[in-house]
Amino acid sequence: MNGSISASRRAVLSAGAAGALSALIARAAEAAAPAAADAKLYPTAAFGAKTEVAALKLLFGKAPKASSKIDLGVPEIAENGAVVPVTMASGLPNVTAMALLSLENPYTLACAYRLAPGTLAHMSSRLKLAKTTKVVAVVESNGALYRTSRMVKVTLGGCG
Amino acid sequence: MANPILVRAQTAHGVTTVACLVKHPMDSGFVKKAGKLIPPHYIEVIEFTHNGKTVLTGFWGPAVSRNPFFSFAFKGGKKGDTVGIAWVDNKGERAAVSAKIA
Repeated sequence: MNGSISASRRAVLSAGAAGALSALIARAAEAAAPAAADAKLYPTAAFGAKTEVAALKLLFGKAPKASSKIDLGVPEIAENGAVVPVTMASGLPNVTAMALLSLENPYTLACAYRLAPGTLAHMSSRLKLAKTTKVVAVVESNGALYRTSRMVKVTLGGCG
Repeated sequence: MANPILVRAQTAHGVTTVACLVKHPMDSGFVKKAGKLIPPHYIEVIEFTHNGKTVLTGFWGPAVSRNPFFSFAFKGGKKGDTVGIAWVDNKGERAAVSAKIA
């Protein structure tokens, strides 16, 4: 259950003190190469959740409020559910995390992001949608959770 | 593996936009091929760095499309700075790439 974004962040920060030296060595070794992605951060439990409430509870440990300050850009009709362009943006201050959920998919949570200070709350990606579904965007701002949702009509299912 | 990540990073008005195209099957584990399920194989964690400092960490599930396209933006970043992308998938495979901001 240690899948919450803030919990894993704490784990990273505390591990960071001890691992700083080895991280430095690793960084020197890969000079031009970027920092490696850490599989241990992955919130596995949240990605296995089958409802929005469960996924958000596992990921953030709290429930969201509806907000009009999140722009969720989805097509009204998606002909091919395997590739649905989705953009989300938010004018909320101090956004620390964002997530996208698709309520009719086998697993509700599609993707989640942790933002460093200075990273803009604006991103675009492509999702698979199994069938006509509500897509939910969730934004964590100043420690509180906000959500907005939009319906996408899927002509040809694409869970795969 | 040949370099499977295409990156474009551009800066304008103090904001750097990073767009990337990652080559990956992103198999969800629900699709059948010749009567057998293709086992799940998808990117779990993708890390974006600017001059070695993490700007964004993404957690992806099997609902992200095959050969994912992703773009985001961060404040700061100058021409010639390094933007790095690294991912690890559920089978422990990894790839990383770095590019200069144009």
